[in-house]
Amino acid sequence: MQFRKSWIMALALTSVVALSACGNSNNGGNNAAATNTPTENSGSGAELSGSILASGSTALQPLVEQAAESFMDANSGVDIQVQGGGSGTGLTQVAEGQVDIGNSDVFAEEKLKDADAEKAAALVDHQVAVVAIAAVSNPDAGVDNLTKQQLVDIFTGKITNWSEVGGADQAIQIINRPSSSGTRATFEAFALGTKTEDLQGSVQEDSSGTVKKMIGETPGAIGYLALSYLDDTVKTLNYDGVEPSVDNVVSGDYPVWAYQHMYTNGEPNEVVKAFLDYMLTDEVQNGDVVELGYIPASAMQVSRDVDGNVTKK
Amino acid sequence: MRGKTNTKKIEKHHIEDMVGRIYMSLCVLLLIVIIVSMVYFVASKGIANFISGEVKLTDFLFGTKWAPEADTPSYGALPFISGSFLVTLLAALIASPLSICAALFMTEIVPGWGKKLLQPVIELLSGIPSVVYGFVGLSVIVPFLRDTFPGQGIGVAAGALVLSVMILPTITSVAADALASLPQNLKESSFALGATRWQTISRVILPTTMPAIMTGVVLGMARAFGEALAVQMVIGNAPFVPRSLFESASTLTSVITLSMGNTTMGSTINNALWSMALVLMLMTFVFVLLVRMLERRNKI
Repeated sequence: MQFRKSWIMALALTSVVALSACGNSNNGGNNAAATNTPTENSGSGAELSGSILASGSTALQPLVEQAAESFMDANSGVDIQVQGGGSGTGLTQVAEGQVDIGNSDVFAEEKLKDADAEKAAALVDHQVAVVAIAAVSNPDAGVDNLTKQQLVDIFTGKITNWSEVGGADQAIQIINRPSSSGTRATFEAFALGTKTEDLQGSVQEDSSGTVKKMIGETPGAIGYLALSYLDDTVKTLNYDGVEPSVDNVVSGDYPVWAYQHMYTNGEPNEVVKAFLDYMLTDEVQNGDVVELGYIPASAMQVSRDVDGNVTKK
Repeated sequence: MRGKTNTKKIEKHHIEDMVGRIYMSLCVLLLIVIIVSMVYFVASKGIANFISGEVKLTDFLFGTKWAPEADTPSYGALPFISGSFLVTLLAALIASPLSICAALFMTEIVPGWGKKLLQPVIELLSGIPSVVYGFVGLSVIVPFLRDTFPGQGIGVAAGALVLSVMILPTITSVAADALASLPQNLKESSFALGATRWQTISRVILPTTMPAIMTGVVLGMARAFGEALAVQMVIGNAPFVPRSLFESASTLTSVITLSMGNTTMGSTINNALWSMALVLMLMTFVFVLLVRMLERRNKI
């Protein structure tokens, strides 16, 4: 009996401790980034050492991973870990100090708004690449070009057959992204110019690979993909007569593109700054960035602010 | 007497006993702490929207419109709740007869090679990762349904078919265990009374083992209810209550995996996803309760 009583007491105590620990992490109390300050910085040409943790956008992950590999080869004292999780996760974690870098497809202000707006203000944006998105269809749809208005009508359900836009007599099947997706936000903002609601019967897929597979296989399918995913299994559609090519994006003629952001909470420390600087060197911008199908941020002849205003550089 | 044992030297096996007991108590304690804190975490996140008044509970449970990013957002989860129940029930309906027949085949019809052949095959099914099921579903079942029925192939029917294969092993192994544990004399008495094999199976064996077989069905349904990846790949994920079995629909798990990474912690949409996780967890409790009730009835 004695034993049982003390056992229950112990259980109750541990539960309380565990619960309060949970409460803490809810408020984002812990600050892992603080421990990641460089341990050694003596004089000029010093070896960098420290660790960097990045998380967020899966669209940006391959690029950061590949750049991190070569950065770690050059700086053996630095350890960089890159995790996925999605743009929202990356922004939350960097704002709460759980990671050093938050990767995102969208401006932090678009995700962290209302009550979280001050969190977004504390984040520093580093734009490392550009991703352009093209409208694509099943090859049998028989259409090469769609105007902005036609796209809006298709994605709002006003046009339901390809014959209405000069294609085959085939019902249109929308393959969409979930409404919280950064790719969809980019497509809606710059290709459609309006937010769309999900339509009954439309399909939503999370990964670009699945979207491509479904568009290639489903008769009458339409969707949108990053340029790096395009191949012969799907038909790339011109937008208002402009071909979605790297050159057209760089010159600013093709408007459906977004920056890939790497956010830090306040100004980055020495190691993180060195890595972010490395991301913007020609070696990465003209090497890894191009190789993985992104467009170098440095090559862009136009720039765009958080409100979508485009200016010539 | 008492004083005598106390003064005695503590022997080795007593220490072993103590160490074992403390170690096991610690393990159980840790387990309970993990479970309690998980339930607390999901529950506290899940009810955050309702406490802050951001979303009304009735709007959440019975609202049919899910438009979290719209200018006037609405967080109706009925499409997901109904989708989850639809695919789960359909999958159980498809898988149960198959599994029960397989179990009968292994234990009653050909206990020798039937069991030797079927058992490993069915155990293999439960070892296949769900992403593989999803991919096979997307590459085989969806095109098949698209060519055979109106619609695009994706939808509740495709999800239920994939799930039914996934829960086959659960139901079959539980049912086979139940059938094997049936006392031999029950069957022998039935045969002695002149009943045929079919009469014995349908009038004696199945009625007696039904609660145990139903346990397997409920366990299978619990697995189907919680499965995310494979279903997400074939169901289409449109946030609507489907008008037919061949129209894009969503489940609780699919919308959570689809949207969780894109949302920021603490936002209304994120908390709405946690509310769905809470619904999932509560349903799991219901399934566990059902299993306990069935086990109590199971008195072979």
